[in-house]
Amino acid sequence: MRYIFLIYSREQDRASMSAEEGQAIRTQHWAVQDESGRKGVLHAAQPLQPTNTATSVRMQDGKPLIVDGPFAETKEQLAGYYLIDCRDLDEAIEWAKKIPSGCRGGPGCIEIRPLMELPPR
Amino acid sequence: MNAASARAVVEATFRREHGRIIAALIRLCGSFDRAEEAMQDAFASALAHWTEQGIPDNPGAWITAASHRKLIDVARRERTRREKSELLRDDDDESAAEGGASFDEAAAGLPDDRLRLIFTCCHPALNREAQVALTLRTLGGLTTDEIARAFLLPEPTLAQRLVRAKRKIQQARIPYEVPPEHALPERRASVQAVIYLIFNEGYLATSGDSLVRRELCAEAIRLARLLRELYPQDAQTAGLLALMLLHDSRRHARVDGSGALITLEEQDRGTWDREEINEGLALVELALSWHAPGPYQIQAAIAALHAQAATPAETDWPQIAALYAELAKLNPSPVILLNRAVAIGMSEGPERGLMLMDSLGVSGALSEYYLLHAARADMLRRSNRREAAAEAYRRALALATNETERRFLQRRLGEL
Repeated sequence: MRYIFLIYSREQDRASMSAEEGQAIRTQHWAVQDESGRKGVLHAAQPLQPTNTATSVRMQDGKPLIVDGPFAETKEQLAGYYLIDCRDLDEAIEWAKKIPSGCRGGPGCIEIRPLMELPPR
Repeated sequence: MNAASARAVVEATFRREHGRIIAALIRLCGSFDRAEEAMQDAFASALAHWTEQGIPDNPGAWITAASHRKLIDVARRERTRREKSELLRDDDDESAAEGGASFDEAAAGLPDDRLRLIFTCCHPALNREAQVALTLRTLGGLTTDEIARAFLLPEPTLAQRLVRAKRKIQQARIPYEVPPEHALPERRASVQAVIYLIFNEGYLATSGDSLVRRELCAEAIRLARLLRELYPQDAQTAGLLALMLLHDSRRHARVDGSGALITLEEQDRGTWDREEINEGLALVELALSWHAPGPYQIQAAIAALHAQAATPAETDWPQIAALYAELAKLNPSPVILLNRAVAIGMSEGPERGLMLMDSLGVSGALSEYYLLHAARADMLRRSNRREAAAEAYRRALALATNETERRFLQRRLGEL
């Protein structure tokens, strides 16, 4: 079953990171990508541009309202994702432990969500 | 065989075997709901069959076989229906239930199935309330109504909680298996926490249906026995079982006819359950011999010292104080330090206890905690400082919310 791993971390930490710190985090990501790639279970993995590049479109009175910014202002922001095939939640949790989340020791979190599998149309 | 005695055998079989049966059925069909339904159907048909044809040699095996047939029937019906609607892509779920090979295993009721079940019910991806409800419902076999009454919740709330938990197990695919070695200590701790919570809910709270509360304690002890059967070498599990047995042994002594609390000191020690005490003491000794100190063993050792004192005066308070100090090393909570202060007060004199308590009160964490003031009041009472004791009891009364505890404090205040 496929699970998406949503990486939440503090953008301010990412922005103020030194080159070495950035390199260390990238290395951890590469390790996860190499391992899951080798096992043939990695579908996708990608960091996102920060939330100041986000645009939200919501329908209001039947008309699209275009707003600058993310869906919600939160202390931690969605920073990237992995899409990995896992046997069950325990295996997903093992992957989540390996994905770096809290940059510079700051608070961070990986949210695991199973994808909803639909029958073919 | 008349219907009443058949019903009695059905009920006894349920009590004894349902944990094994449901655990095996869940493994076979991969669904809590389908397993539950199949087992309920099987027990219902047992009542009719056994009344007519007598009790089978092995009622548990009969129920297992009947439940298994029901599972296969349901799977077949469902597959036919889904094939007709041409929506079905794969039939993983059904093939699992129809795999005849697993049937013998199910009949054998391997302890592993119950182990799988308890680890799934107490999976950390479920919140604590859901873990407790699910454990009581599936392994404990309590009805949703009984669980709701025990936790003073409306039945629909409890039912909803169970539905959500089972849905998450299914949809997030929480595995139905014993965790691997590296995750075992942490996952077992979660199971122990659930069991202890169930026990305390039954033991500490004095409101609600007392029969159901009694059932919670009994169930927690049963579950700990099961866990111990499966992990006979685990010191924490032995400690947990010992702790609950030793507390449970004072069940009849700790509340009077009107439901008022009786302190350890005032309890009639003759009414303590000797059998539970002996079993608990043996377990404490065993757990301590492994030299793997943990919070349950230490608390059990404290309870053991109380159990071994024939009269309150014979209580080994210095040893109890030392054990609380050990406990504080593992979990430096102010409540544990307060207990240590009480023990020191009892062994070295109230003045010494008061000094320690005052330093705790000053540090702030406990200044609004009624038990600190109740404990101070007790020490003041013991050193004959009535005015100050009354003042501390009044302070404790202002902070206590539980009616039973308030009544106790009122009584003590009146006795000064």
